[in-house]
Amino acid sequence: MASVPMEHGLLLAGILFGLGFLGVLVRRNIVFMLMCVEIMLNAAALAFVAAGSRWAQPDGQVMFIFILTVAAAEVAVGLALVLQFYRGFRTVDMDAADRMRG
Amino acid sequence: MIDLLWLIPALPFAGFLVLILAGSRLPRIVVAVLGAGSVGFSAVVACLIGIEFISSPLVKTSFTRTVWTWMSFEGFSPSTSFCLDSLSLLMVLVVTVVGFLIHLYSVEFMADDDAYHRYFAYMNLFVTAMLVLVLADNLMLLYLGWEGVGLCSYLLIGFWYKDPVNARAAMKAFVMTRIGDTGMIVGLFLLYNSLGTLEIHELMVRAVRDWPVGSVMATVAAALLLCGALGKSAQLPLQTWLPDAMAGPTPVSALIHAATMVTAGVYLIARTHELFALAPAVQAAVAVIGVATLLVAGFSALAQQDLKRVLAYSTISQIGYMFLALGVGAWSAAMFHFAIHAFFKSLLFLGAGAIIMSTHHEQNMFRLGGLRTQLPVTFWTFLAGAASLAALPLITSGFYSKDAILWYAWSSEKGSVWLWLGGVAGALLTSIYTFRMVFLIFFGEARTKVYKRPGTAMLVPLIVLAVLSMVAGFIELPHTLGDVRLFSGYLGAVLPPVPIPPGQASLEGILGIVAAAVSVVGICLAYLLFLKVPQIADRAASTLAGRALHRLWLEGCGFDWLYQRLLVFPFVTIARINRSDFIDFFYQLAAFLAEGLHQGLSATQTGRTRHYAVGIGVGALIIIGMAVWL
Repeated sequence: MASVPMEHGLLLAGILFGLGFLGVLVRRNIVFMLMCVEIMLNAAALAFVAAGSRWAQPDGQVMFIFILTVAAAEVAVGLALVLQFYRGFRTVDMDAADRMRG
Repeated sequence: MIDLLWLIPALPFAGFLVLILAGSRLPRIVVAVLGAGSVGFSAVVACLIGIEFISSPLVKTSFTRTVWTWMSFEGFSPSTSFCLDSLSLLMVLVVTVVGFLIHLYSVEFMADDDAYHRYFAYMNLFVTAMLVLVLADNLMLLYLGWEGVGLCSYLLIGFWYKDPVNARAAMKAFVMTRIGDTGMIVGLFLLYNSLGTLEIHELMVRAVRDWPVGSVMATVAAALLLCGALGKSAQLPLQTWLPDAMAGPTPVSALIHAATMVTAGVYLIARTHELFALAPAVQAAVAVIGVATLLVAGFSALAQQDLKRVLAYSTISQIGYMFLALGVGAWSAAMFHFAIHAFFKSLLFLGAGAIIMSTHHEQNMFRLGGLRTQLPVTFWTFLAGAASLAALPLITSGFYSKDAILWYAWSSEKGSVWLWLGGVAGALLTSIYTFRMVFLIFFGEARTKVYKRPGTAMLVPLIVLAVLSMVAGFIELPHTLGDVRLFSGYLGAVLPPVPIPPGQASLEGILGIVAAAVSVVGICLAYLLFLKVPQIADRAASTLAGRALHRLWLEGCGFDWLYQRLLVFPFVTIARINRSDFIDFFYQLAAFLAEGLHQGLSATQTGRTRHYAVGIGVGALIIIGMAVWL
C-alpha cells in the first residue's frame, strides 16, 4: 500500500487550521465560530495522525482519540454557552458582547 | 488605699475603652452610667486617697508609685509612675470632682445627641489624659498627658464636625497650641540634654545645684517651658484659639476650656517653679504677660454679644491673674485662684448651657432677657458664679483668691505698683462685663420664650458648684480678716510661701479695701450702663471713637486680623506660588507618560473576542517564526 507522504498530510492539516482560524476571525455568528474551532481541532488531530503513520507509532492515533474526546467536551460546554449567550443578548452576534471594553 | 493611685486615671480610661469599642451598640442609659460613673468612681477613689494622704505624714513630702517602665533606651528610661503630693492631689480632686459634676450635667444636656457614646468616650479620655498630666512624676509622662488633653480638646471642639465652622475652630485650637508645644518639647530636650533626667523632683534638684540664678541655660529652658504654658493656657500671644473653641458643646467648654485643661500651663509653671525662680527675667515676663492678657481679654469681653464668648474671654483674663501670681512668686495664690476659678467658671458655663438649652440655642445676650423669673434656679446659681467672678467682697470665694493675688502683686519682692494697677483695672473690667452679662440675660424685658426647663441632672451640678464657689474661699483668708492659712499651709510642702519685704504688711488691709471697692464700683457701673440708663452706653458706642473701640474689642483686640495678615496670608501666598514649581514639572511628566500609556493600552481592550483572537494568532505566529528562523 503506497503511503501518503507525511508532507501532504501536514500541508492539508496546515491549510485546514488556517481556514478554521480565518473563520474564527471573520465570522461574527457564534455558532460558526464554534464550528471553525472544531475544524482547527481536527486539523491538529490530522497532523498527529500523519506524524504517527510516518514513524509507525501508535501514539498519533492515541492523541487523535484524545482530541476527539476533548472536542466532544468542548462542544458540550460551548453549545451551553451559546445558548446562555443567546438568552442574554437575544442575538448570536459575537460582537454584541463587548461590555469589557477599555 | 493609697497604693490604688493608678486606679484614678485607669477608671476613666476603662470607660473610654468600653465606650469607643462597644458604645454604639449599648443603650443610652448604659452609656450615661458608664460615662459619668467611671469619672464618679474615680472621684470617690480620689477623695478616699486624699483623706488618707492628708492625714498621713506623707503630706509633707510626696508619694510615688511606679506602675511600669514606659520605655528603656540607652539609659533614658522614663517610667509610667504616678506621684502624689499636695499640689497634684489638689489638681486631681478638682479634675475628678468638677469633671464628675460636668459629666452628670452632660447626661441630660447631650440627651438628644446622636453621637452620645462618642461624646462620653472623648470626655472620659480627656479626664484620663488630664489625670496623667497632673499625676506624672516625670516630664515625659506629663507631656503625654499634655498632648492627650490637646487631642481631646480638638476632638470635642469639633464634636459637631458636620458644620465646617466647628471643624475650623478645632483645627485652629490644635495648631495654635501646637506652636507652644513645639517650644515645650524643645525645652524638654534641652533639660534632658543638660541635666540628664526628666524626673521632675530630681530635675529641680539638679537645676538648682548646677545653674546659678539668671544663667543663660536656666533662662532658655524656662522660656521654652513658658512657650508651652502660653499655648495651652491661651495667654498672649497665643490666646486667639480659646474664643473660637466655644464651638464645642457647652459642658466641654466648662470642663476643658475653663476648669481644667487651660490651667495646665499654670500647673506646669507651679510644678517647675524652682526652674522659674532661677530665671528672674522669664518670671518677670510671666507676670507682664499675665497682666497684658488680663487687660486685653477684659476689654474684649466687654464688647462681646455672644454669651459663651464673654465667658471665654473671661477665662483668658482669669488665667492672666494666675500667671500674674506665678510671675510674682505667689505660687499657692495662683493655685488657690485656679481651684476657685474651676468652681465658679464651670458653674457659669453650665449655667450658660442651661440658658442656651432652655431657649433653643440662643447665645446672643441681646436677644435674651428677663429670664430671672422663668429659670429661678439657673438665675440664683449663675448669680453666685458671677458674684464670685466679679469678686464681690466678703461673701464670695473669688474675692479671697483675687485679693490674695492683688496683694502679692504689690507686696512681693518681684511685684510692683504697675502690676497691681493692671490687676485692679482688670478687676474693674471683670465686674463690669460679668454683671453686664447678668443684667442682659436675667433682667430687663423678656425677649425670648423658654421652651424647656433644665432637669435634676443639670440642676444638681449647678447647685453644688454654686455652694463651692461661695464657701470654698474661706479656707484661705487674708491676715487682716481672720488669717486662715489652711490652703497655703497645705501646699507649703511643695510651693514655698511668698517672701514679703518688711514694712509692707500694714498695707494689706488698705489694698483689700481698694480691691473690694473696685469690685462694687464695677457692679454699680454695669447696673447704670446696661440696665438703668442704657442710653449712656449706646451714645458712647455710637461716637466715632466708640464705634472703633467697640469693633476692636469685639474682635479680641485685632489679634486674629494681625495673624491673618502677618502669618497666614504670606504663607498661603508662598504656597500658591510654589504650587507650580520646576520640580513639579518632572513629576507631571511622569504622570503624563503614565496617562498616555494607559490611554494606548486601554484602546486595545475592545471587548471583542475576535480582536483578541487576532492577538493570539499574531503572537503564535511570532513565536513560531522565532523558533524556526532564530
